[in-house]
Amino acid sequence: MPATIIQRNKKPMKKVKVDSVTIDIIESALRNARYEMDTVLFRTAMSPGIREQHDEFPMIANLDGKMVVGQFGSFIWGFMQGYDGTVEEGDVFLTNDPYSVNGAISHQNDWLMLMPVFKDGRVIAWSAMFGHMTDVGGKVPGSLPTDARTIYEEGVSVPPIKIIRGGQLQDELLKVILHNCRLPTWNFSDFNAIVAALRTAAIRCVEIAERFGDDVFYSAMDAMLERNKRAMRQLIRQTVPERKQYFEDYICDDGLNMGPYKIACTMWREGDKCIFDFTGTDPQSISSINFLLNEEMFKMFAGVYMIMVFDPQILFNDGFYDLMEVRIPPGTLLKPLKPAALSCRTHALGRIFDILGGLLGQGNPAFMCAAGFSDSPHFMYSGYKSTGEWYQLYQITFGGIPGKPFGDGPDGHSLWPSFTNVPNEFLESYFPLRIDIYETIPDTGGAGRNRGGNGLRIGYRFLEQGEISIHDDRWLTYPWGVNGGLPGARSKKALVRADGTEELLPSKIDRVKVNEGDLLLSDTWGGGGCGDPFEREIDKVVFDVQAGLVTPQGARNYGVVINTDLTADVAATSKLRAKLAAERGPVPLFDRGFTSIESLKERCKAETGHDAPQQPRFSERVLKSAGAGRKKTKAA
Amino acid sequence: MTYRLGVDVGGTFTDLLLVNERTGQTWKAKVSSTPRDQSEGVLRGIERVCGLAAISAEEIDHVMHGTTVATNTVLTGTGARVGLVTTKGYRQVLQIARSFVPGGLGGWVIYNKSLPMAPLALTIEADERVGSKGDVVTALNEAKLRDELRALGAKDIEALTVSLINSFANDKHERRIKEIAQEVLPGIPVSLSSEVVPEMQEYERTVTTVANSYVRPRVQKYVKNLQSKLAAKAKGVKLHILRSDGGLASARSAEDFPVNLLMSGPAGGVTGALWVAVQAGFPNLLTVDVGGTSTDVALIMNGQPRLRRETTVGDVTVRASSVDIRTVGAGGGSIAHVPELTGALRVGPQSAGADPGPAAYGKGGVEPTVTDANVVLGYLPEQQRLGGDMALDRGLAQKSVEKIARSLGKTSRDAALGIYDIVNENMVGALRLVSVEQGHDPRDYALIAFGGAGPLHANALSRLLGSWPSIIPPGPGVLCALGDATTAVRDESSRTFIRKFSETGAADIAKQLKALAVDAAKGLAAEKVAAAEMEFGYQVDVRYHGQGLRLTVDVDLKRLEREGLAAISGPFDAEHTRLFTFALPLEHEFVALRAVVQGKGISIKRQVIAKGSASAAAAAVGKQKSYMDGKDCVATVYDRAMLKSGNRVAGPAIVMEMDPTSVILPQHHGKVDAYGNILIYPDGYRAPKKKAVTAKKAVRRTR
Repeated sequence: MPATIIQRNKKPMKKVKVDSVTIDIIESALRNARYEMDTVLFRTAMSPGIREQHDEFPMIANLDGKMVVGQFGSFIWGFMQGYDGTVEEGDVFLTNDPYSVNGAISHQNDWLMLMPVFKDGRVIAWSAMFGHMTDVGGKVPGSLPTDARTIYEEGVSVPPIKIIRGGQLQDELLKVILHNCRLPTWNFSDFNAIVAALRTAAIRCVEIAERFGDDVFYSAMDAMLERNKRAMRQLIRQTVPERKQYFEDYICDDGLNMGPYKIACTMWREGDKCIFDFTGTDPQSISSINFLLNEEMFKMFAGVYMIMVFDPQILFNDGFYDLMEVRIPPGTLLKPLKPAALSCRTHALGRIFDILGGLLGQGNPAFMCAAGFSDSPHFMYSGYKSTGEWYQLYQITFGGIPGKPFGDGPDGHSLWPSFTNVPNEFLESYFPLRIDIYETIPDTGGAGRNRGGNGLRIGYRFLEQGEISIHDDRWLTYPWGVNGGLPGARSKKALVRADGTEELLPSKIDRVKVNEGDLLLSDTWGGGGCGDPFEREIDKVVFDVQAGLVTPQGARNYGVVINTDLTADVAATSKLRAKLAAERGPVPLFDRGFTSIESLKERCKAETGHDAPQQPRFSERVLKSAGAGRKKTKAA
Repeated sequence: MTYRLGVDVGGTFTDLLLVNERTGQTWKAKVSSTPRDQSEGVLRGIERVCGLAAISAEEIDHVMHGTTVATNTVLTGTGARVGLVTTKGYRQVLQIARSFVPGGLGGWVIYNKSLPMAPLALTIEADERVGSKGDVVTALNEAKLRDELRALGAKDIEALTVSLINSFANDKHERRIKEIAQEVLPGIPVSLSSEVVPEMQEYERTVTTVANSYVRPRVQKYVKNLQSKLAAKAKGVKLHILRSDGGLASARSAEDFPVNLLMSGPAGGVTGALWVAVQAGFPNLLTVDVGGTSTDVALIMNGQPRLRRETTVGDVTVRASSVDIRTVGAGGGSIAHVPELTGALRVGPQSAGADPGPAAYGKGGVEPTVTDANVVLGYLPEQQRLGGDMALDRGLAQKSVEKIARSLGKTSRDAALGIYDIVNENMVGALRLVSVEQGHDPRDYALIAFGGAGPLHANALSRLLGSWPSIIPPGPGVLCALGDATTAVRDESSRTFIRKFSETGAADIAKQLKALAVDAAKGLAAEKVAAAEMEFGYQVDVRYHGQGLRLTVDVDLKRLEREGLAAISGPFDAEHTRLFTFALPLEHEFVALRAVVQGKGISIKRQVIAKGSASAAAAAVGKQKSYMDGKDCVATVYDRAMLKSGNRVAGPAIVMEMDPTSVILPQHHGKVDAYGNILIYPDGYRAPKKKAVTAKKAVRRTR
């Protein structure tokens, strides 16, 4: 049963005409409020994941729950469906259960909180935010067990609840939740920080409504949504062909030595409407790499990607949702059935962006970006110091941004908005480790007219014994290149023991014991190249060689011959470029670095040192349900 | 007899203010700037102002100067070729930076990262390692370093930066590398991260130190040149440069740590505005400096400008204290446009600059700017001569604004008003950053506007924020020079000190603060400040253990002695609650300790203008058709030079003087005070009862 909103003031909002300048003013004011939410959160949160890396997403929605400013699209409606109580003034809600909110959040580490914004006894807006908690209990530190089979192994589960009732914290309820977490102080501080951010946004909304009047505030938000819809309609008509476009990409493995898993999507346009159909995607995994993809959130990803590629001036909000339809068959990797484990969904979440790039690019090759750092690889390290104190680190690492039509991809950067790395000096001060190496790896970015960014190498030297976890991907499949650009290099993890012996580590693993003096070499992957590498300006290649970002040998991927003094041999370069171009022939639209999964598996051991993963096995229940991955199913 | 001189070098004019330190009497002069060698204009100005005061330049013993040399070097990308030495494994510290891609979700698609100020090709690694507690893990390999420094020298570097991991905890290796560099690369200035900003966070420390190296040769040359020319004219004169944080640096320290001067120019404006407003009786203040391409705003509480720990110039952000000045790309030259897809009116950040400038300048500009909107609205009358001699062409302004009018389906007057409203809103955005976002209610503050276009927008901004009065100082051009001249010599000494409250005590903190004060006082003594004239202040940076932020708490040593560390944790919790609506029942942690020493400022005698009656009729010189608040009206035009103290100027009115023009809106009036400031209030204004809208009462302690 959906929630009931209790309002003292029953007077409905009136739609009034608002002149365009006032709309612009209200739009900037709301945008400022949304950034202010970030500021408040970063300054007061405690877990490094939120305060240093900014793993959080704020939003302000109109009274119908549609996102007006924010990033991930609105989940208010889904939340209201999953909550069966009342919504009253001063209430703040909390949940971390993806299944209760149709994937608005996609694993239990993300705590989603929201509050209705009341003014004069009625709701005028909503503020909401979710942030990643370092730990929510469960079977491993960090609560992201690679080998979980059900969500019950992934920590404390909080259905949609009223955690603050009429301004009064339900402290015993919170106590129960915190009692299940390994680092309750961090959860508690981050919880408070999110509440403070929500309240900040609420204060700003009330101020704006006071200044312009409630009806103008309401109508202006509506107009902002409409404005966005108008712009998106034009964009969809211009850029999405009616002819069906198909693209597939992969998750390399599931941590149980099975893979790769296929994510498939077909896109086409019918009139003003753009349709995405994920039929053909593999069934859900028996491990925790499943990604419960919320259809609305996917619309937001698709819309934002289009806006960024084609016209970054457009401000995005929920206004265009009617113009898209998303179909995800239940029982697949992207719509797993409860109680499938979800914690390690980060790889599939990231890979969505490569899928989008591949789909939208086919109709508009000139605007196509290569495959990029479509993931947030995790590193976790925990244990007891010799002093007896518990330490626990959760860190997101970065890699190569893809080459894009507008320029090179930065080296070792984040594809996710507002994310930053943790300063190494900070890590060394608070955790028993030393970062001996922190650099990007030459030649790991795919060659292209615009180069893909290099992957990142971090050398972690452990100073105490403990356990580490690694969650990464793209160790088997490559980040692909486009329009002649080459693929980027794959990821790799190795542990050099204090005695010098080296062990290759799999891409996804928990509970690896480490001792004082051991060194983990964590290499992430590069971005794919964009455009014909033989067309890259020679000076740019020389610049990269002199900077040490490309080796003289790697320069040959661009057909550039480098002299011993690190300048270019121009004559030899022209000759080499002509020869290589002739050998290659016309540039392919995509370069995946392999022709079939079978051939890739055959090369696997020789190239990566790992055995090729087995063909995935799926559960009987899933295979029976709705013929996952075989027949078209309209999304719920 | 002793005199001090404030000098502000702007793009067009150099302003000077001479003060007799004993009597407080002042003399002003304005000369054209000499961009090729700024010191020429300065010296010409000194001649002029000494002539007015009938003194010899020899009688000046302090020259205080705000400069934009460092800022411009960064903005124009004309700094030095900087070599960089990092710890092994960290050569790409600037390349990776914080891995941050701006622009929100999907922002990477259009993000092209600018190149680091120290190129990777000029970056080398030192084989060494210091641990986080300052322990030497690997000793410095000096032989290898020598070879690589020699190779760097062969690549013609002009400055060198050394920034090693954990050097904030132990600077031994950085200092040794400096010694070696001075042998191997004589004459190349070396900046050490442990000297420039001895704080945790390797990227921020490195980028700040590299910025220091980047601007250093130019600043060094400028300061040396100015100083030697000054010395030739006035023996024994001491040159001081205004720092970004509003303090004064000796010429020597300015040459060594120029990264602290990136906001030197705007800081002078804030200091000057502060001085004027405090005289007028308004110690709580929002300052608004509206220029051609941008607007700088700052907040002053109880006569103290707010400081922040960063300085941002262009796309470079460094860890150097500065007056918390926020800049928004909104000024007189900002261009208005209407993107086709959304049909929304946008103003800026693109600017027509000075050349071709707004359409109304008749120098070939066709894009509609804020200045053009002001002309169309009748706020800038045609008889106004900008900067004394530039005429305005109303027809051209009208024509440019019509483009916007067509796209919006409005009359050109309404389009112009739209432009005026939007640019005001953009400025308010910046003002909110320094006020509401820091927990301050703008209604508790007056607003002071200066710069070429400030007085045109002051009334409208005050109305949006509820900040009254709107203060328009006389001769806003000389404000910066005034700020320079009135700045007291100030120095500070600080140290990183990360320690939980339970691991230290009040006595230890007091002892350390006193030691820091002794250190800071040495700097002032070198500037000839007598010990008796020094005022000491103590601060600590504190957070909850585990938090990323730090809040600065002023420490009263007596109270600390009496109450113990509660004298610090109490005010911290209160400030945390004011800023973020909650406090936490967690342990507090020190982050840094600091002592600030300040010399006595000087008192300047304000010039009082002639007294008059309430009627300003005698200063009225004409009428101007205007469009205000969506209605036609006829504004009375006044000549500012003829206004007398006590006059009441009723809106709608336009007040003209040589440079800026002031607008007083309908239902508002300006009161002329004893010093010639115009204080604008809404008709029937009553000061609000003090209430804080943002500070929430609820401090909930739940666990």
